[in-house]
Amino acid sequence: MPNVTRLNVNGAVLSLDADPQQTLLSVLREVLDLTGTKYGCGEGVCGACTVLIDGAPRRSCLTPVGAVGEKRVTTIEGLASGETLHPLQQAFLDEGAMQCAYCTSGMIMSAAALLKAKANPTEAEIVHHMEGNICRCGTYPRIVAAVRRAAKTLQGAGR
Amino acid sequence: MSDKLLPEPPIEPERYEFAAGPAYHFETDRRDFFKLIGSGLLVACAWREAGAQQESGGGRRFGEGALPKDIQSWLHVGEDGRVTAFTGKVEVGQNIRTSLTQAVAEELCVAPSAIAIVMGDTQVVPFDMGTFGSRTTPVMNLQLRRVAAAARDVLIDRAAARWQVDRKRLVAVEGRVSDPETRRSATYAELVKGQQLTELLAAEDPLLPASAWRVAGQSLPKVDGRNFVTGKHRYPSDEHLPGMLYGRVVRPSAFNAVLVSADTSTAEKIPGVTVVRDAGFIGVAAPSSALATQAAAAIRAEWRAEPQPSDQEVFDYFKKNASANSEGGYQQGSVETALSSADHRLQQTYRVAYIAHAPLEPRAAVARWEDDRLTVWTGTQRPFGVRGELATAFHLREEQVRVLMPDTGSGYGGKHTGEAAIEAARLARATGHPVKVVWTREEEFTWAYFRPAGLIEVHSGVSKEGKLIAWDFHNYNSGSAGIRTYYDVPHQRIGFHPTPSPLRQGSYRGLAATANHFARECHMDELAHLAGKDPLEFRLRNLKDERLRAVFEEGAKNFGWGRGKSPGHGFGMGGGFEKLGYVATFAEVAVSAGSGEVKVVRVVTAFECGAIVNPDQLRNQVEGAVVMGLGGALFEAVGFANGRIANGRFASYRVPRFSDVPRLETVLVDRKDLPSAGAGECPIVGIAPAIGNAIFDATGVRLRSLPLIPNGSVKS
Repeated sequence: MPNVTRLNVNGAVLSLDADPQQTLLSVLREVLDLTGTKYGCGEGVCGACTVLIDGAPRRSCLTPVGAVGEKRVTTIEGLASGETLHPLQQAFLDEGAMQCAYCTSGMIMSAAALLKAKANPTEAEIVHHMEGNICRCGTYPRIVAAVRRAAKTLQGAGR
Repeated sequence: MSDKLLPEPPIEPERYEFAAGPAYHFETDRRDFFKLIGSGLLVACAWREAGAQQESGGGRRFGEGALPKDIQSWLHVGEDGRVTAFTGKVEVGQNIRTSLTQAVAEELCVAPSAIAIVMGDTQVVPFDMGTFGSRTTPVMNLQLRRVAAAARDVLIDRAAARWQVDRKRLVAVEGRVSDPETRRSATYAELVKGQQLTELLAAEDPLLPASAWRVAGQSLPKVDGRNFVTGKHRYPSDEHLPGMLYGRVVRPSAFNAVLVSADTSTAEKIPGVTVVRDAGFIGVAAPSSALATQAAAAIRAEWRAEPQPSDQEVFDYFKKNASANSEGGYQQGSVETALSSADHRLQQTYRVAYIAHAPLEPRAAVARWEDDRLTVWTGTQRPFGVRGELATAFHLREEQVRVLMPDTGSGYGGKHTGEAAIEAARLARATGHPVKVVWTREEEFTWAYFRPAGLIEVHSGVSKEGKLIAWDFHNYNSGSAGIRTYYDVPHQRIGFHPTPSPLRQGSYRGLAATANHFARECHMDELAHLAGKDPLEFRLRNLKDERLRAVFEEGAKNFGWGRGKSPGHGFGMGGGFEKLGYVATFAEVAVSAGSGEVKVVRVVTAFECGAIVNPDQLRNQVEGAVVMGLGGALFEAVGFANGRIANGRFASYRVPRFSDVPRLETVLVDRKDLPSAGAGECPIVGIAPAIGNAIFDATGVRLRSLPLIPNGSVKS
């Protein structure tokens, strides 16, 4: 398999030269210097490395960059529209839904995928969808509240 | 407030705060050897440099009792009006960057947005022992308030001198000093122009009482929160330098293993890879982390390890190897006599497993050498401690080492040491390039250190009226924090018995207070039942401390202690005093009749830590402590045998997740008349006994080991 030379990240097609077996996580962080996506476990069970690939939540630590192809990768750095935060980003601030915030990127990306699939999830649906994301500081109830708040904002905006 | 009122709270020395020993003893190369024999000269240089640093106000060695007394060591007002405060405390998610900003804003009378705080950069901040023991709020918050108040007074003095008016008629508001009579005003920026704040702190500071706070006491959101929700913030593992290489270390086969041989030839042939061997250290550096991992895997190392105790054997091992002497103990009256006269006697043993901090960001460091000067960015709760470790490992003077601590992906007492910093620095020295080392999750689970396991034996006696009369309490290995009882017992003997530990152990949120509170509060529950008393009434009958009584009563009221229960449900409580905070935790569990599966459905925590600095961040800390404590209470345990960890991954070491979290209610008791205390640790101590006691209430099954239900059920 030839090296990966193009990657569609956050709306731009970027040039690079990466071994296709290298993880998307290490390419984002080491090659593209997009360090908002975090390493937490390397086995897809903590959610810190979550990105969207064509809108679906994916663990970038388990995704070989060669498998991405032409698909669109969205990272935490690509979520805001210019200076305007995505409603989820704003809701995490408004609910104080973080302590060390190392899990926050992955939480927001997982939640973004949920709200795309379901505009108004119940608390149980949020818990179920987010179960693969660890917040070791234990801010889970605040994260649930933030996702609900963002859902309301998005619905209010008619999106 | 005078110097003598700087709180020196009654916190017992905690032997485990620094217990984890140095990770490396590098061999001394010839260049280092000359440095060592030339140390007389170096001492002279060090002395001179220390003197020079005193003048520049940076990186000096002061204990907490002797903090620098000049304003400019702590605070800088720029000629652009920007305020910078300096502290050796570090941010690992407690949100002290926010609470310290509030402290400065309050007394200096500037907007929080005008303030930046430099934290944990050993070159520019005053020496600090480290961020542990819930000391930031009682000590550093007060210190920065004093500094800010002194700076404000100096600025008012300058304005008064400039305008030739009585200072008493001037006011400081929003970064400027104004004269309401003449409507003249000057910004702080104008008042410091060409004249920095070199004055000393006043002996008496007219600090605002908490009842008059305007910025402190409010729920200011995380000051730089936007950088975190956008991914912009650079954690230690995100640092990047030009020409940087990625390092990986070859780990021993087991704890205490000795290197027998290593074949590094294959790894050395990989283009771009450098292999470093130094005493027992084998590491590689490469242009990418993937290549470094590949190179490390290509090294064939043979290690020799001796048989070592397993998690099953460790409690017997503690008992057999315990020191005859006890530490941190206390004795009064005659326990034997009192026991023999007691109407009810109870003797029980409690066990607490080793658990892992598992901070979501593993240890990480980037090291750079410039000649003989070393700079390291790393996530540690003790930047000055890590500076010392680096100086020792590389035979340097501390002045040659600078440690910077970017706000880090949590710690919980688990990042007191500088292993990754030393590893990165060793590889950087060998390659001549900056090197980044980020531990894998497995490394963090294995080669960091653990919260100590412990065995606690309690023998007690109660009168028929339900008064405690005898209390014999012995903790083996887990530590002395929180070992003293706050209940009134005329005859008591309390001791902590150190033992060797098969696992490397160290600090953890709340230290041994969690183990000691678990044993004490479960035992109190057992005694209440033995004496035929309600557990709340029994506690209050034996408790004089008004602050602790208040949280028990407040928690009970909010929880609805004494109300009816659904079938299969049980109520329990646990509370206590730790690190100047008072907590009472009430839990409701539901146990399914068939499977014995336990679900914690509701937790009410009443907490008091003096005057509240930031109510929402305080709630956040209390909730977080309860959730973290839930893991250690229910299912967290490190499995091990023969020096190997059995469950060193998130797939096998279970931590609390979304679905584990019960309905959490936090009741804050705001005592504006009392000094503010920290909150990172105390709220973790009540949850385990509260759940254990609730399980007993629901089922009649008494669980005396943490974790209580590793497999989720009382029947397993």
